[in-house]
Amino acid sequence: MLAIKGLSRPNLLEASLELADGECLAIRGASGSGKSLLLRAIADLDPSDGEVALDGFSRESIPAPDWRRQVCYLPAEAGWWAEDLGAHFADWDRAVRFFRRLGLADVEKAWPVTRLSTGERQRLALSRALAIGPRVLLLDEPTSGLDRKSVAAVEELIADVRKDGTSVIWVTHDPAQADRVASRWLYIENGRLRDALPYQEPDDTASLDAPASESRLKLDRGAGL
Amino acid sequence: MTPIALSNWDLALAALLILINGALSILLSLGLERQLFIATLRMIVQLILVGLVLTTLFSLVSPGWTALAAFAMVAFAGREVAARQERRLTGGWSYGLGTACVLFAAGLVTVFALATQVGPDPWYHPRYAIPLLGMVLGNTMTGVSLGLHTLTSNLTRERAAVEARLMLGANRREALLPVTRAALKAAMMPIINSMAATGLVALPGMMTGQILAGADPSEAVKYQILVMFLIAGGTAIGATGVVLAGGRRLTDSRHRLRLDRLHPLRSV
Repeated sequence: MLAIKGLSRPNLLEASLELADGECLAIRGASGSGKSLLLRAIADLDPSDGEVALDGFSRESIPAPDWRRQVCYLPAEAGWWAEDLGAHFADWDRAVRFFRRLGLADVEKAWPVTRLSTGERQRLALSRALAIGPRVLLLDEPTSGLDRKSVAAVEELIADVRKDGTSVIWVTHDPAQADRVASRWLYIENGRLRDALPYQEPDDTASLDAPASESRLKLDRGAGL
Repeated sequence: MTPIALSNWDLALAALLILINGALSILLSLGLERQLFIATLRMIVQLILVGLVLTTLFSLVSPGWTALAAFAMVAFAGREVAARQERRLTGGWSYGLGTACVLFAAGLVTVFALATQVGPDPWYHPRYAIPLLGMVLGNTMTGVSLGLHTLTSNLTRERAAVEARLMLGANRREALLPVTRAALKAAMMPIINSMAATGLVALPGMMTGQILAGADPSEAVKYQILVMFLIAGGTAIGATGVVLAGGRRLTDSRHRLRLDRLHPLRSV
């Protein structure tokens, strides 16, 4: 279980949440609302205050590299540090299992990364993260550049990974996707987390990311940041 | 053979050549007159002052004054390292790190040469210590500033790649390795290139100076070879120091990339 209490950093206020093994939590919010900052803070990629613990072990008690292998952040645009694909995978054979699931069965080790499309790189980065076997996956818009078929493949793969006990925090712009993949929903605005209801077809298309309740909205705006 | 002394009239005659630069600037409206004038004036004043300082130092042969002169040179070199950075480290680190690395590397190499190969009496004799330090310092400074510059600019540019490795559980040393390599390479290239080309493309200044002063060319060559080794060693030590220490400063104990410890981009 991942437990987060009072996690704060510049532009992120006192985020608290608990995530059971195998659970998927969706976080929605507008661009710049602090979704990526929250995930980066959980993965300990930026300095932050507050308590974050996995199975009761605080992250300070675990060396940072080990923590990030357990609580793995996948950014919207993942980085590639070598020219050929193979150099990015410690265990290629393990990753191949995920390639197959994501329609990438024919990729080869020697391929240059630049040969791949944005969507292919996105799925390869997901495979790369899955191949290290994290306990918690922090997914930042993992399907933003993908076609419908690939989106379905990713969602299906993540659902299977969850069956093995991996927990997921899934940040997405797409409320319908949040509805499909998650069992719990949070909404983030101005760096502040709050509960959100499952998505319903909006009355007003201008506010796709409608907050849970009007009173909470007024409160938050009043508090400012 | 004694060197041929230059009279003030000789220099005045040579100064006419500067007028060519001035005329060019005016005719083609390059707008360089003012800069040219100031640069020329600075060059003359600075060199005359250095001449006076060295004359005094050589007559004193005092460890205290020699050390003071050496530290003043190091301080200027450190300032130069900081000034050449596009993105400086925050706080006192920009100046402090560059100065410390230059001081350690150039100081170590110079003392090594003085204490063993050159061996003047006393070992700190300013006639040997100051020129040797000057040559080592100038080149070490270039290596240190290139190394630091490459480190900070590559880390900024390759941030996604470095963080990708951190996200997958690499420690900071592993994540920074490609950038560290590039920075050390950039720092070492000038001295490697200059060793390869020396004697063919240009005669090094020190050797030329000795020859003009009446030294036997084959003796001058030996000195030049010694100086090249000193420069190569100093550059390697200084660049390694600044790149490793800079890399540590730009990460933290939780293996996070800390680009917030760099000032925003500015033009050099």
